[in-house]
Amino acid sequence: MRLEPRTETTLIRAVLMPCLAILVTLILAGILVMLADASPLEAFSLVLKGAAGSQFAILETLTRATPLIFTGLSVAVAFRAKLWNIGAEAQLYIGAVLTVIIGTQTLGLPPVILIALMMIISMIGGSIMLYGPALLKTRFGVDEVVTTLLLNFITLLFVSLLLEGVLKDPMGLGWPQTETVHGEARLPRLVQGKRLHFGFVIALFSSIVVWVIMAKTVLGYEMRAVGHNIVAARFAGISVNRVLLKTAVISGGLAALAGFSEVAGTKGNLTLDLSPGFGYTGIVVAMLALLHPIGVVFSAIFIAGVFVGADAMGRATGVPSFIADVIVAISLMTMVVAIMLTKFRVRFA
Amino acid sequence: MISNKIEGRRDLALRLSGITKRFGTLSANDNVDLSLHKGEVVALLGENGAGKTTLMNILFGHYLADQGEIEVFGKSIPKGDPRAALDSGIGMVHQHFALVEEMNVLENIVLGTENLLAIKSQKNTARERIRDLSSSVGLDVNPDAIVGSLSVGEKQRVEILKALYRGARILILDEPTAVLTPFEAEKLFATLKVLVSEGLSAIFISHKLNEAMEISDRVVVLRKGRVVGEKITRDSNPEELTSLMVGAEIETPEISAPVLGEVALDLENISTNIPEMRINLRNVSLSLNCGEITGLAGVSGNGQAALASLISGTTQVKEGTMRIFGEIPERWSPKVAVSKSIARIPEDRLHTGMIGDMSVVENIISEKYWTDRFSRFGFLTRQASEDFSHEVIKNYDVKCPSIETPVRLLSGGNIQKLILGRVLDESPLIILANQPTRGLDVGAVAYVHGQLLKARDRGAAILLISDDLEEILQISDRISVISNGRLSKITRRGELGVKELGALMTRHVPSSERLNDAT
Repeated sequence: MRLEPRTETTLIRAVLMPCLAILVTLILAGILVMLADASPLEAFSLVLKGAAGSQFAILETLTRATPLIFTGLSVAVAFRAKLWNIGAEAQLYIGAVLTVIIGTQTLGLPPVILIALMMIISMIGGSIMLYGPALLKTRFGVDEVVTTLLLNFITLLFVSLLLEGVLKDPMGLGWPQTETVHGEARLPRLVQGKRLHFGFVIALFSSIVVWVIMAKTVLGYEMRAVGHNIVAARFAGISVNRVLLKTAVISGGLAALAGFSEVAGTKGNLTLDLSPGFGYTGIVVAMLALLHPIGVVFSAIFIAGVFVGADAMGRATGVPSFIADVIVAISLMTMVVAIMLTKFRVRFA
Repeated sequence: MISNKIEGRRDLALRLSGITKRFGTLSANDNVDLSLHKGEVVALLGENGAGKTTLMNILFGHYLADQGEIEVFGKSIPKGDPRAALDSGIGMVHQHFALVEEMNVLENIVLGTENLLAIKSQKNTARERIRDLSSSVGLDVNPDAIVGSLSVGEKQRVEILKALYRGARILILDEPTAVLTPFEAEKLFATLKVLVSEGLSAIFISHKLNEAMEISDRVVVLRKGRVVGEKITRDSNPEELTSLMVGAEIETPEISAPVLGEVALDLENISTNIPEMRINLRNVSLSLNCGEITGLAGVSGNGQAALASLISGTTQVKEGTMRIFGEIPERWSPKVAVSKSIARIPEDRLHTGMIGDMSVVENIISEKYWTDRFSRFGFLTRQASEDFSHEVIKNYDVKCPSIETPVRLLSGGNIQKLILGRVLDESPLIILANQPTRGLDVGAVAYVHGQLLKARDRGAAILLISDDLEEILQISDRISVISNGRLSKITRRGELGVKELGALMTRHVPSSERLNDAT
């Protein structure tokens, strides 16, 4: 079997292939559903209903998508410059910690200023979390995959320490959780009585800003040049190390916004289960979006929909909601194959 | 046709008939016929993009031809089956070797044919066979040497041995001399002659005329995907083949006497210390005057890379002084070099000069994107870069489908023209041209030389670094030879001939250091 590059791709193929990928994903996941003694058709319609079948479902999906957009953007920016940030999870938690610290103080600031302050401080925190590994990479050639990944565990233990210590809510009946932030530090709800909050708007706005940075600015140009060909970038006169450090600042800041928006928008306080791996799922989101900042919004909503829908389906049918992880994983693989097939022709020899 | 005349005398080894391959609207191969007889060497000549590589990819089943038949020793082989070509006795030596650097020669040769975990006696048999093969055809390689430690020429010998070991009776060599020194090329030719005398047939893909003339029995010329000529080598001459290849007569640049200006770049007792380069500069002094081309000849890997890297701004001076128009630059970086009016034509145009995955319009601004011309307040001014792209495409005759095309899809010649357009745009006063025509076809070479001469005549100081002695002799006003990190005395144009320069090039060069440098 071998691959032959296609010189041109027809529009039909470009549309058909991803559809085919979704179909294959459904078939493969359907087999697993059947193994769990449920009807795939029924299960999938429940997933769809749970993800987008009602106003509540749609708002839930968008709520879940919000942190994924931030972490997806974080990863997309970093990966574009070939800075392998696996530490979005750690940056997210640092952002959340700083948001809680500011949000629980009585500062007497107007809500808009207070929320802006929380955003900025948490972004700085996230940036520093990635700046360190980036500095080690540019100075000493330390592999950032290792440092950022390990920082995730260190950070989680550090947060755990805070939750058992200085940040522990005295009224929390001994649970490892922080106090709830003040009302004026909460992001407003978008729909009365529903969970979807203003963080989603910030996420959409961020994706546009990131797109503008990547496509229109000198910095974005430098980041793409470094990512595509570091030797040529250096030869052309781009200060590669400086670009990588700037990339780290942006990427870390974006991941921290996920933590900010979960605390200030969804939860109100910080617990150790604030993120069910949003940082890691951000990698999938970014890859599925082919690192395109606007694509990240759609892939984040898709992945969030699968998770939210699978939860609902699990409650109704007894199929474990872990099926969501499987669907997301399979869809990533089939999508990668589909994209490859739009660019290459497979020939069996 | 000529091939019919020969057919009576010798048996056909390979016949491609009516091969047609289209990519979209482009015909990469258009009804191509090619035959090869036992014991014959056919040179397949053509400019870049003429369809040579496509044809060979079809032969090896990597591409599926739209039309046409392939016959090997009288049997037609199935289309699109890579194994079929190998099994029928065709071996290919690629320009870029397909060897595992960490394994030894023996393991590389038997890789894919025998079990690598085989017991020692089997390995010994294989080793014996390789020894026999290599001594019988004069391909001396130590079977136990690690491939990574071999020179380029030796690696190529391993590739040939690999093909022979697998029973190849037809050998296809893709630009085999592109990576070799003149000395090693000679050796390759000698080997080929031995192999052919023993009944092997070979197709020699090249765009170097003199090599085709030297090695082949017959020449087939491709242009724009068609066979435009087929000549018995001894009945032909380079002029005829050139005009077939390019479709028109090539004019060699006429050189006027240089009008010397001030000293533009002055290197005084310079030494470098770049860890990744095996040969660094040692006490090099060189000054470049405006209005003059200084040719730097030398076997590749003798410090050219270090010198080019220094002038490009990617390396710092370790000892000595570098002055640009009399001034010693405070900081030295690629950006500073560009701002000091140094035009840099890098050796590896696709991987150093360009970012293959980025578009023409994005690559064209890569050295100056930060200037006011191409950006404002941190935002790129798209219109300016588009205008500049169109200007370069027009003025430098770049053929590309659109300015949004990724550069990696362009041919080598067009990439080089883009680089020329990029660096020559603001009439730079110093030009570093490192291997500016390597791998280019005759037409593109003449174009690049013409541009360099034009820059010289308007008063630029040019340093031409090239492995190609002929190129140096053609357009340089004065010549120096680099050898083992040192420069020879500078001679004026015409003072020394090929032989004397060749002697300077190979003097003091320990053979182990001759190749494999970071080039």
